Amino acid sequence: MSHAHKMSFWEKYVFSTDHKMIGLQYMFTGIAMAIIGGFFVYVFRMQLAFPGISVPGYGEVTPLAYNSLVTNHGTIMIFWFAMPVLIAAFGNILIPLMIGCDDMVFPRINRLSYQIFLLSALVLVASFFVPNGGFGGAWTAYPPLSAEAAYNATPLGAPMWLIAVALEFVAFLLGGINFITTMMNARAKGMTMYKIPIVLWLIVIASILFMLSVGPLIAGAVMLLFDQLLGTHFYNPGGGGDPLLWQHLFWFFGHPEVYVVLLPAMGIVADIMAVFARKKLFGYRTILYSVFATGILSFVVWAHHQFIAGIDPRMANLFTVTTLLISIPIAELCFVYIATLYGGSITFNTPMLWAISFMVEFLIGGVTGIFLGASGADIYFHDTYFVVAHFHYTFVPIAIIGFYAGITYWFPKIFGKMLDDKLGRIHFWGTIIPFNFIFIPLFVLGTAGQHRRIFNYEYFQDLALAEFYNLRVIATVSLLVMIAFQFVFVYNFVKSLRKKEKAPKNPWNANTLEWTADSPPPHGNWPELPVVYRGPYEYSHPDRESDWWPQHEPGPDPADPDYQSPSQNPQTT
Amino acid sequence: MAFQVPIATSRSSTGIPTSRLAVWWVLASEIVIFGGLIMSYLMFRLHHESWSYEAAKTDPWAGGFNTFVLLTSSLFVVLAHHAAENNDTKKSFRYIWYTIGGGGVFMMVKIYEYSSKIMHDYTMFKSVFWSFYYTATGLHGFHVLCGMVIMAIIAQDVKKGKNLHRVEAIGIYWHFVDVIWIFLFPLLYIAK
Repeated sequence: MSHAHKMSFWEKYVFSTDHKMIGLQYMFTGIAMAIIGGFFVYVFRMQLAFPGISVPGYGEVTPLAYNSLVTNHGTIMIFWFAMPVLIAAFGNILIPLMIGCDDMVFPRINRLSYQIFLLSALVLVASFFVPNGGFGGAWTAYPPLSAEAAYNATPLGAPMWLIAVALEFVAFLLGGINFITTMMNARAKGMTMYKIPIVLWLIVIASILFMLSVGPLIAGAVMLLFDQLLGTHFYNPGGGGDPLLWQHLFWFFGHPEVYVVLLPAMGIVADIMAVFARKKLFGYRTILYSVFATGILSFVVWAHHQFIAGIDPRMANLFTVTTLLISIPIAELCFVYIATLYGGSITFNTPMLWAISFMVEFLIGGVTGIFLGASGADIYFHDTYFVVAHFHYTFVPIAIIGFYAGITYWFPKIFGKMLDDKLGRIHFWGTIIPFNFIFIPLFVLGTAGQHRRIFNYEYFQDLALAEFYNLRVIATVSLLVMIAFQFVFVYNFVKSLRKKEKAPKNPWNANTLEWTADSPPPHGNWPELPVVYRGPYEYSHPDRESDWWPQHEPGPDPADPDYQSPSQNPQTT
Repeated sequence: MAFQVPIATSRSSTGIPTSRLAVWWVLASEIVIFGGLIMSYLMFRLHHESWSYEAAKTDPWAGGFNTFVLLTSSLFVVLAHHAAENNDTKKSFRYIWYTIGGGGVFMMVKIYEYSSKIMHDYTMFKSVFWSFYYTATGLHGFHVLCGMVIMAIIAQDVKKGKNLHRVEAIGIYWHFVDVIWIFLFPLLYIAK
């Protein structure tokens, strides 16, 4: 795989078929979208804490603009930040490097997938600038609000939003097929099923979940688009349709989607924990089977989003049971991770801090989910800020903490330079502490009955109390602090890239294959593709002097039933 | 820079050729798309007695003829695959074009059906049944059309003796398009 040919700028950065470059394209597009989504949350949090003020950098927030801001904040953060960064960026960069091959199996489909994704992002951003602005019917887009221009007041924004989402799904279907096929078929010699690093398993299972759940929503989106543009009545009860149909189609996808973004983050955390605890991952197969169970169960929990939508109470009971059941495999995963840390010699550097904080914060999100999964409690909590705080305690660890954990861990491999650990810790604490100060007040507000999607609480006597405003101001100010600390990361990122000294091949003494390639790996990754001899988590093995045992190093496999320990059979050494 | 196929593409850890594996995954995603649409239709249908009267207005003879045409074209694509496996590029090329011809006849009959329905005022907006009728058959017709275009591209390669394994991949896809029709035909045309 020698490429003496010098590539032009366009070939190398824009129309590249190299999996690492496509991964970076996804990552930087995702970050750019996250900045837009972050700006939106800044604007509407300012409006909520200080109603009616002219927000610096934006101006006064109108009710229509407020709806559009919250809708697109949610849409962007899930579809244009969490998914492209966690699945597409890390998947593209890591899958070929960790299974030991030179590229994805379909590099040109991979490029097409990114191009469609970029188009979808451009359509969404363009929709903010059409007359009446972007779509404001919430990211769940329930009809009839989303179907009738007369109700949502965005005749152009609503269909553009829907087209952008549909294009994004096409991009991820193409990417997902590539990921699954690559991991199934392009593995290095010796890399059997149980020698694949967990992070890849989880990215690929997430891709499968996405593929199997998004279909009904694609069909539903076509119907909604026809309702919006042609005037059919699929979701209009007046014309013989049913608005509940959309809720079923949306949440049949929407709930597995939570696990689609959760699993890659959990995988990243698993790999980081094993490396920095210098311990074998506790229960590799347990993780795998728990994730399979989660994946299957995730298809039968969707109606817990519709407890007050008028579904049959007997149905609600059923979905309460399945929803509470799904917390068992997820709790299992948490225990396995804690068991991995137990007794390890832990290094508390930046990636490990992010990984541990993921567990802590996600646990809060998971535990508060129990209240919402129980149909009785949910009747009170539905559509309050308790729900908002709950899913931000899951999505912020997934998208933001998971992303920072991954990027600080793989930064030396991707960019060939080391990140500054001290600045990394400052950024870590400056993000984690304000994060909790944003959302704990929202739990309190939600419990007190504050509803979501209200533009100005001054119009509601019960919610305009001074105590409530204090909590809102705490949340908003914490958000400003959190945003300010992100500049530390940007500074660290740029400063590290400009450093002279190059990162070593394997700065963390990790076992997996990507650390045997150059940093950053050239096109084709290795001069000669590696061969695998053992599992990815053989750290601190008693038969070894060094505390790591790389996958590519020729020698015996300790997981092999025929393996003879030299300590028990001294004559074999 | 000419595109160079990576080593990854030719690897086969599972023993299944990569193209076949990928097509099966494409179909998995397609099944849930049509599955969602068909399930939505069924749920409505079970709750609306009146839909059976509207279903009576569809043309089962045209639909039946189309079923016959699609199944025959599936036979042709099998023959094309068989010829490609024996490296008989000429024969394979010919059978691929027979398959495309089958798709063409299917689409012509569809156009006739659509126009005669619209002339009798059974448009997409008449009721939700007709919305489903046009959406489901339209989405299926779109898949037929895509299959025809892809087959025409593959046929050019086959003529030159290149990428013969792709005949099998498009064959699998074509059978899938067939199977979807086998579901749509009784649901929309026969069940009254």
